[in-house]
Amino acid sequence: MSSEKQVLGPDDVRRAVTRMAHEIIERNHGLAGVALVGLQRGGVWLAEALGAEIARIDHPIPVGSIDASLYRDDIGLRPVSPGSVSDIPFGVDGTTVVLVDDVLYTGRTVKAALDAITDYGRPAAVQLAVLVDRGHRELPIRPDFVGKNLPTSSSEQVVATAEGVVIS
Amino acid sequence: MKHFRSISEAGPDALRRLLDIADHMAEVNRRPNPKVPALRGKTVCNVFFEDSTRTRLSFETAAKRLSADTMNFAVSSSSVNKGESLRDTIETIAAMGIDAFVIRHKSSGAPWQISQWTTASVINAGDGWHAHPTQALLDAYTIRTALNRTDSFDGLRIAIVGDIKHSRVARSDIQAFTMLGADVTLVAPKTLLPPSLDGFDPVTVTTDLDAIIGDLDVLYLLRMQRERMNEALVPSLREYTSRFGLTPERAARLPEHALIMHPGPMNRGVEMAVDPSELPGSVITQQVTNGIAVRMAVLFDLLGSGANLEAES
Amino acid sequence: MSGILISGGDVIDRSGRRRADVRIADGTIVEVGDALAAGPDDRVVDAAGLVVSPGFVDLHTHLREPGKEEAETIETGSRAAAKGGYTCVVAMPNTDPTQDSVSVVEFVRRQGEVAGLCDVRPSGSITVGRRGDQLTPMAELAAVGVHLFTDDGNGVQDPLLMRRALEYALDLGVVLAQHCEVARLTEGAVMHEGHCCSRLGLPGWPSLAEELMVYRDIELVRITGAPVHILHLSTAGSVELVRRAKADGLPVTAEATPHHISLTDELLAGYSSLYKVNPPLRTMADVHAVREGLADGTIDAIATDHAPHAPETKEQPLDQAPPGMLGLETALGVCIAHLDVPLEQIVAAMSWQPAAIAGVGDRHGRPVAAGEPANLTVFDPTVEWEVRPAELASKSRNTPYIGVPLRGRVRHTILDGTLVVVDGAAQR
Repeated sequence: MSSEKQVLGPDDVRRAVTRMAHEIIERNHGLAGVALVGLQRGGVWLAEALGAEIARIDHPIPVGSIDASLYRDDIGLRPVSPGSVSDIPFGVDGTTVVLVDDVLYTGRTVKAALDAITDYGRPAAVQLAVLVDRGHRELPIRPDFVGKNLPTSSSEQVVATAEGVVIS
Repeated sequence: MKHFRSISEAGPDALRRLLDIADHMAEVNRRPNPKVPALRGKTVCNVFFEDSTRTRLSFETAAKRLSADTMNFAVSSSSVNKGESLRDTIETIAAMGIDAFVIRHKSSGAPWQISQWTTASVINAGDGWHAHPTQALLDAYTIRTALNRTDSFDGLRIAIVGDIKHSRVARSDIQAFTMLGADVTLVAPKTLLPPSLDGFDPVTVTTDLDAIIGDLDVLYLLRMQRERMNEALVPSLREYTSRFGLTPERAARLPEHALIMHPGPMNRGVEMAVDPSELPGSVITQQVTNGIAVRMAVLFDLLGSGANLEAES
Repeated sequence: MSGILISGGDVIDRSGRRRADVRIADGTIVEVGDALAAGPDDRVVDAAGLVVSPGFVDLHTHLREPGKEEAETIETGSRAAAKGGYTCVVAMPNTDPTQDSVSVVEFVRRQGEVAGLCDVRPSGSITVGRRGDQLTPMAELAAVGVHLFTDDGNGVQDPLLMRRALEYALDLGVVLAQHCEVARLTEGAVMHEGHCCSRLGLPGWPSLAEELMVYRDIELVRITGAPVHILHLSTAGSVELVRRAKADGLPVTAEATPHHISLTDELLAGYSSLYKVNPPLRTMADVHAVREGLADGTIDAIATDHAPHAPETKEQPLDQAPPGMLGLETALGVCIAHLDVPLEQIVAAMSWQPAAIAGVGDRHGRPVAAGEPANLTVFDPTVEWEVRPAELASKSRNTPYIGVPLRGRVRHTILDGTLVVVDGAAQR
């Protein structure tokens, strides 16, 4: 019933990823002890794209993924099922972890991911990179790196992939 | 799913889903802090009408790693004989506010009766000769990971050897393995088979282990209870071992990739006439490890996935 | 003294079916005929659309008193019997103490008289305490009116002892009734042995365990000449054995229960102990064979094996729950719903045929004719109904027929000329 609207095209996404990669490198002064962790499922492709871009610009850094569904605060309130298995191929102790997600909305998934990542160890710092920040935060969570700020209504759906960002 | 009482009742979709969730739980178990908050505030009560320390510990560990509260209720047969019916026992415990019952009972069917008397989920941790679905789940999960058969067991040749008749493990394994596509052969004399195999999934039956052992992917040995000898089910344990036991000669004839499995506890020198630690294909300790992950998967699916809400709405 | 006029009903007795009014006075049928006029003090029972038959006789009722009064008493069991159209029941001997002595047997009979709802005829056990090793004082018991002897609940395992019992009973004019079960083949069994029990992981009760003893006892009848009654026959093989014995002219009779003509072992799939019974529910093929046996006269009687159990005993796992189900109040409805035979045949198998086996043919199952004792049942042969547990007269609730459509229901029961059940309600 709602119509689809493309707000970013593939080229826009590519440019945003490049800009975010530069910002991550700049912010972390040479990338010592930095790793990317994509949030299952939507953030995984973006973490991989950022990882590839950072490797191209500077040097490769570890990229992992995390599934936070077992940490969600809405377990039992609505259907949740775990996505793909978490994969953290590096020690988290002392690492600067950049959590990566496609769309930042209420902040609850990020909160769950923060809880999850600390069960792997004690990171030196945790930063947050998202392709789209659509607002409507329900927790005090703010992204460090944003591809695009996108005002939405809460009835809308936002889908962000390498092919573009679509509101419906 | 509301209950997890048998593999056949759960069906193939749930079986595959639980195996997929078990992958996540196995990953949790490999972490430095193998605990997640998924089932905070849920209470799981282990009610064991029959002793089984291993299974109870496995369920208790699984529940705790999901942050559920656990209670243990060991029901000695004497207290049941004081005139309290099974229904009384269950209704009393249920009144304490239980989200899931984990039931072990020496009588087949007890979990079905119990689920009539409580609104909590019921997980069958073994009932009589009938079913032990979490064992089947961990067995299937062990095969799936050890042989890297995530999609299906199509064409996999599995032999289940020994006392099928009295075995809840065998009944559940047969359902799970055939549901995933494996070719299952039962190896046992008629005395150790159920009176009829009509209602079973397609299985073949033989008494000649040597004829098939060279072509197996999985050799599953059942525990041979020593008292069966006195019931004229086998003439002697020595004869049982010579016909159906894993001897060094048979171990040598197993294909290199073949897995050797056992639900435990083992009868050394009876069904297991070799030292399993010297068998490269033995995955018996992995079975125990995987038991925690699959039980976490079951608990999460019943109490945490919200699937019940979906079904109700 | 005032009488009763049953008007407008169809009378069924051993001479057939016909439209007739029946007048009763002083415990006796005084007049049977067309368009009888009611006397000034007669109570008129409108039987239009109903069947009037001699009262039913149950060869196989567990009244539980003495010993298990929490499950049933002779009074509550008699009330259930009356509501089911029975004017006479044979009380099984597996009480505590066992009905193996004159004093216990007399107690049961007296309690039946006190209840006054049904003619309660105690059976006696074949062996002391039903333990299978020593004969009861059968002559003493016969002298106080015991006609049926059985160790029901157990079969007499020892073939020598069974032979001696039959030989000893020869001159007493009594009948030995056998619960056919070779115990060694049914140890721990909770249901029929077949593909259902295999799948459900429940120990099986093989048909063979029944048939071996049916065969043995038929051969004992052949060499002793003493009559044997086969209780609750349940397998196709047993039906065939009895059919051949009758063809050989042997004094063998048999009964079947309503549940063995209506329910199968598949019902155990939900593990409800309501379906645990001994002998167990069998396969559909057995059900068909038992129905066929009733249709061709191989099986003489429908007997309920009414076996009340208190809820707390049935709310146990299958292997711990006792076997048995209620039967008295549902027997007619089950039989009409499940038997494809003329109604006259059902009434015969529920009334005069069991009356003859029980040795009560002088009082029960009589023709509906002037001068005969007024033990009568008036039932609606077509009404469809369902059991409501709260409406059961039995003290127990272990019926498997809740939610199952039944056809045919007793409206009135007359015992010795007194209406003990009116419109389905017991009068005392």
